[in-house]
Amino acid sequence: MERKIIGQADSQFDPAIDKEKFTFVQKSGKIYDSKFQTKKIGFLKDAIIRFSKNKGSVIASIILLLLILYSLIVPAVSGYGVGDYDQYYTNCLPKVSADAKGFWDGTEKKSVKSEIYYYYLGFGAIVSTGGSYTYYSEDIGKDITMYNIILDTYIVGFKFDTIKKDALDELIAYDKTVDDSKKILGPMVEYSYIDSLDIDVYTKSTLKSFLARDANYYYQVDRKHNPITDSQGNIVPLYVTDSSGNYEYYTQFTDSQGNPTNAYQIRMNYDNYYVYKNGHKPYHILGSDRTGYDIFTRLAYGGRLSLILGVVVASINIILGIIYGAIEGYYGGATDLMMERFSDILSCLPSIVVVALFNMHLTAYVGPVLSLLFAFVSTGWIGTASTVRMQFYRYKNQEYILAARTLGAKDNRLIFRHILPNAIGPVVTSSVLMIPGVIFSESMLSYLNIINLSSRSTTSIGTMLSEGQATFTTYPNNILWPCLFISLLMICFNVFGNGLRDAFNPSLRGSGE
Amino acid sequence: MFCIIKLLPDPIVCTPTSAGGNCDAMYAWYEAMGYNKPIMVQFGIYVQHFLQGDFGIGTKMYIMQNVSDIMAQKLPATISVNFWTMLIAIPLGLFFGAFSALKKNKWEDTFISILVMLVISVPSYVYCFIVMYFLCFKWNWFPITINSGTNFFTPTMVYSMMPAILCLALGTIAGLTRYTRAELTEVLTSEYMLLARAKGLTRGQATIRHAFRNAMVPIFPMILGEIVGLLSGSLIVENFFGIPGVGVLYINSINVRDYNFFMFLNMFYIAIGLLAGLVVDLSYGLIDPRIRMGSK
Repeated sequence: MERKIIGQADSQFDPAIDKEKFTFVQKSGKIYDSKFQTKKIGFLKDAIIRFSKNKGSVIASIILLLLILYSLIVPAVSGYGVGDYDQYYTNCLPKVSADAKGFWDGTEKKSVKSEIYYYYLGFGAIVSTGGSYTYYSEDIGKDITMYNIILDTYIVGFKFDTIKKDALDELIAYDKTVDDSKKILGPMVEYSYIDSLDIDVYTKSTLKSFLARDANYYYQVDRKHNPITDSQGNIVPLYVTDSSGNYEYYTQFTDSQGNPTNAYQIRMNYDNYYVYKNGHKPYHILGSDRTGYDIFTRLAYGGRLSLILGVVVASINIILGIIYGAIEGYYGGATDLMMERFSDILSCLPSIVVVALFNMHLTAYVGPVLSLLFAFVSTGWIGTASTVRMQFYRYKNQEYILAARTLGAKDNRLIFRHILPNAIGPVVTSSVLMIPGVIFSESMLSYLNIINLSSRSTTSIGTMLSEGQATFTTYPNNILWPCLFISLLMICFNVFGNGLRDAFNPSLRGSGE
Repeated sequence: MFCIIKLLPDPIVCTPTSAGGNCDAMYAWYEAMGYNKPIMVQFGIYVQHFLQGDFGIGTKMYIMQNVSDIMAQKLPATISVNFWTMLIAIPLGLFFGAFSALKKNKWEDTFISILVMLVISVPSYVYCFIVMYFLCFKWNWFPITINSGTNFFTPTMVYSMMPAILCLALGTIAGLTRYTRAELTEVLTSEYMLLARAKGLTRGQATIRHAFRNAMVPIFPMILGEIVGLLSGSLIVENFFGIPGVGVLYINSINVRDYNFFMFLNMFYIAIGLLAGLVVDLSYGLIDPRIRMGSK
């Protein structure tokens, strides 16, 4: 096959350049390597640069930092303690400040039946009404009217209470200083009208005890709790009046002989009473749960517990694992064999068994948190130890170790000064990924009620979830925030840990995504 | 296995010997099992009974009933739930994994990777809440509680277990997607793929005939392992949706500290783990004849 030769000198091209035009670049002296103009980049700095190029990890670490700050700062500034609760302000919705309007103001859109509508209307819990509609219910077989309302979850209305004479006097004195809408004491009610209703005796007593449980019923209701109206269509109140027609504001209890005692029953407006006691209206930034705890504060305490547990467990595991793995890997032979078998046996134990055991035996002595910590540590270090062992096997026969040993370095020095700094990279990054694992186990165990970390001084996210679970279809707010918090925490820790691993060991990039 | 059994008798010590119901029979049983004797003796008796197929009786829950009978009642629910989960999760996981490997570094791949990362990171009870709240409560697609009864394979029962199946499937799909993607990506960049394309196969042919088959070498054993793991159930999901399965039994046995159930279930879980490991190891040879286990 004939080939065209490329690059053959073209005979017509004759570059006529004078010889004088060629000069030597340098004729005398030697060329040395010029100094680098850039700055020196160490291993750590290189890793930081690589890490900060990974946008996802940077965002994750910022969110993580915010979550950590949240759980550290909030308990100090929220105004509620972890054990503070109010028995009446339960299942409240988020409200950012005492007088919030519009966004996050603690109101809820609802559509309710007429008796509930009149009930809420009675103590002013309805912010506004958006009309009503009627539909035919197949189950009951008649039309049902529903009212669209916006309900303020922070108004609980009247509550019965029993107080002493001096407390009563204080309240009476306070009521004289404020205008009508802020008065605490409400007129007492009585239910004698029930006797004249056309219903059987059993229903009468049921209705009576139903009304006596809830101080917000100040009006006559029928068997189905709908208000009874008079001929003009007005609601008929149940207020007790004295002989001159004034309302009675308290009832004095009598003892078994019929003598008056120092105990008075009152019907107080609890919303006003709260302002009287605390100086401001109640508000929970993320709402309150079914016991009345402030979710915002509890979440921070739970998060703090999770984070501390995660970090402490991870660091103890690293230290134990490094020491154990270093001894195994460095000495090898019979030592290694014995120690490996020991950790094999430990690693066979299902973690849930260990947790249950520690929980049964140790909780009485050191408390649930510490016993959980022991349980996590008791088997958690094995992974680190085996990583370290592998690393030591890799490095201990290298030439620089031989050199150091020849120079007379002791075992101690060889292990900690020569091998460990080289071996520690993958250990540190894997320990960051250990933290979310610990947090997940902790929340799962407390969610399943296998352990109970909740006490007067702290709580855990898993406990909050399992408490909220019973009513979460009606009050999703109670579990929304714990779920969101723990999800964010887990996602951020994983992304952050993966980013860190990629930055420190670029060769492993993407292997765990 | 031996180590576990040896270490586990510990809870006997802390189990209080009080029992409700039929106390005399209970005491007789305790006596027969050698309580008040040294732990090692008790352990010997336990192993003896165990080998004869007597796994003990319930002392705190299902009092005086055979552990193995209760277990046989609970297994169908767990198997049923996990069976449907696998049926949904395996094809979807393989599909998404293959899809994102083929579209590597395009937006589809990024999107799937982010989703997988989210699903893997978020604890399973969180999506239990989400599925329960939206699918069952808000939109009424599925019933909130599962049907009572023991016919776990009838369509209505499966329909009522759908939320639990979805929750379990999410995690499996994510894991499988990630694994498939990683394997397939590695295979797709290998040289025999280039050869396959060079000899004139279309991309589809080359992917399905060559890449997918080779990627399945590590994936298939993993799937088999998960199928064996069907039996073990999930603690959280079963507990959440009230499925009367093995997971709930396990949690209850821990909470009420019923030693016999606890012991039996632990051994059951370990046995399943070992069985899954065995199946995985054997299936390597099955799917790829070049691998011979144990040969030099």
